[in-house]
Amino acid sequence: MNANELTIAGARDALAKGELSAVDLTMACLAAMDAGTPLNAFVHLTPDIALEQARAADGRRGADAPALNGIPLGIKDLFCTKGVPSQAASNILKGFRPEYESTVTAKLFGAGAVMLGKLNMDEFAMGSSNETSCYGDAVNPWKVDDRKLTPGGSSGGSAAAVAADLCLGATGTDTGGSIRQPAAFTGIVGIKPTYGRVSRWGVVAFASSLDQAGPMTKTVRDAAIMLGAMSGHDPKDSTSADLAVPDFEAALTGDIRGRKIGIPREYRMDGMPAEIEALWTRGAEMLKDAGAEIVDISLPHTKYALPAYYVIAPAEASSNLARYDGVRYGHRAKLGQGDGIVDMYEKTRAEGFGKEVQRRVMIGTYVLSAGFYDAYYNRARRVRALIKRDFDLVFADGIDAILTPATPSSAFGLGEMASADPVEMYLNDVFTVTVNLAGLPGVSVPVALDAKGLPMGLQLIGRPWDEAGLLNHAHVLERAAGFVAKPQKWW
Amino acid sequence: MSIDIETARRVAHLARIRVDEADLPALAGELSGILSFMEQLNEVDVTGIEPMTSVTPMRLKRREDVVTDGNMQQQVLSNAPDAREGFFAVPKVVE
Repeated sequence: MNANELTIAGARDALAKGELSAVDLTMACLAAMDAGTPLNAFVHLTPDIALEQARAADGRRGADAPALNGIPLGIKDLFCTKGVPSQAASNILKGFRPEYESTVTAKLFGAGAVMLGKLNMDEFAMGSSNETSCYGDAVNPWKVDDRKLTPGGSSGGSAAAVAADLCLGATGTDTGGSIRQPAAFTGIVGIKPTYGRVSRWGVVAFASSLDQAGPMTKTVRDAAIMLGAMSGHDPKDSTSADLAVPDFEAALTGDIRGRKIGIPREYRMDGMPAEIEALWTRGAEMLKDAGAEIVDISLPHTKYALPAYYVIAPAEASSNLARYDGVRYGHRAKLGQGDGIVDMYEKTRAEGFGKEVQRRVMIGTYVLSAGFYDAYYNRARRVRALIKRDFDLVFADGIDAILTPATPSSAFGLGEMASADPVEMYLNDVFTVTVNLAGLPGVSVPVALDAKGLPMGLQLIGRPWDEAGLLNHAHVLERAAGFVAKPQKWW
Repeated sequence: MSIDIETARRVAHLARIRVDEADLPALAGELSGILSFMEQLNEVDVTGIEPMTSVTPMRLKRREDVVTDGNMQQQVLSNAPDAREGFFAVPKVVE
């Protein structure tokens, strides 16, 4: 086994015992990244920073080493990293090198982590297939015929890099499913924490009331370790919660006897593939066999989550992305004789933003414009309150966690959705988007391969601030499923 | 609600995104498709429901209204496409 194939927990133990040095581990990842170029997962490499951090980590090895000492990670391009290109996969931020470090990356480095480089993603995290990136498509390491498959999105580079063992873990962000859907498409674990658990400071904003960062890892234990290092109150993010961070790893007891798992009937969609349905039933049986009680529940407003999301997220995006004006950072269009400041804004944004981002900014502008604000934006926010109330009611009834499919299908081919209506692509988020609207924690766990040989995942949704309990449920599901398949190396 | 070409032109301008005249019909069609998807929200009875402002019931923190940061002109300007004499430079705004 090569060192880059280790889990975070495995590497931590090997480093502590002195069987491995952080520098050797980092070198193994850098070599895997080099060989993994066809996956287009890493888009900016930082080997000098990585080796410097690894040498420092080797100097700290021992019993009181920090949680992620010497662990090589990939960082989604949405996180601002000081002095390192941070473009949100957009041409409008071409050349941008932040003068500051995001809170999440600062915390990870404080915990001893090593940064290998920046990871591909959909432009401004808007997409479900990593096909809207200015760097080109990221490619799923899983392959069953001659087609190249999507790793999902928006955290597609993060998912591909972890699944292909280019790094031990990666940061992702999730506004409507952008951690959980790519995790499911690549057979890895991804958790979106409760809104407010992880600081958004220094993360390029998409929809501020929905965005949360989280870890993408090979195992649930690794997710618990990495989430612990990312979480915590940050005075620089006014929506960050001033709550103590529990020891998530210690919560993985494997005991879920007597816990109540809800199965929401509204998630049984028309036309749902039989394989997904069977997987879901199997997952429920696994939790039941572990001593949990399976309860049928109703979340009546589920159907309206996707349309509400596609009002609220573009509305917030149109406001957040107003800052890209060609004045303070990033791209500015070449101007003609006599062009004024409005021409500069319009040309800069037309050149800098890709098609999907332009579409969402315009939809957001429309639903916020005079005369439509109440009909669209306020109505969507009212529906959002009802979606959250659905969850509040089932949790008040004693439900501990909710089990659903993670995605409506396994990974599809790159380019296959090119001629589809934008709304068809949005349907990828149908099982994940409710969780963002309600601010809840949700985790995607790989459970089985489908008939084609591609990974499929299930999602567990937890009570607010109960990531510890949620991860314990995920840990039980992971153990029962025994998913150990890895992609055949073709790259 | 369907979006006509004139509305598409107006939305593009409000969003400060230049769209070629030839691309406006396709844009209007796409935006109309997305909006008709959103029409489903009209089926929901929202009587007496307040629009959600914050997903977690928390009061925003207060702090003293004092300067806590600053004196970093160099860093603020370092990424500007055009910075001169300590300022961001833009095309002439006032005649």
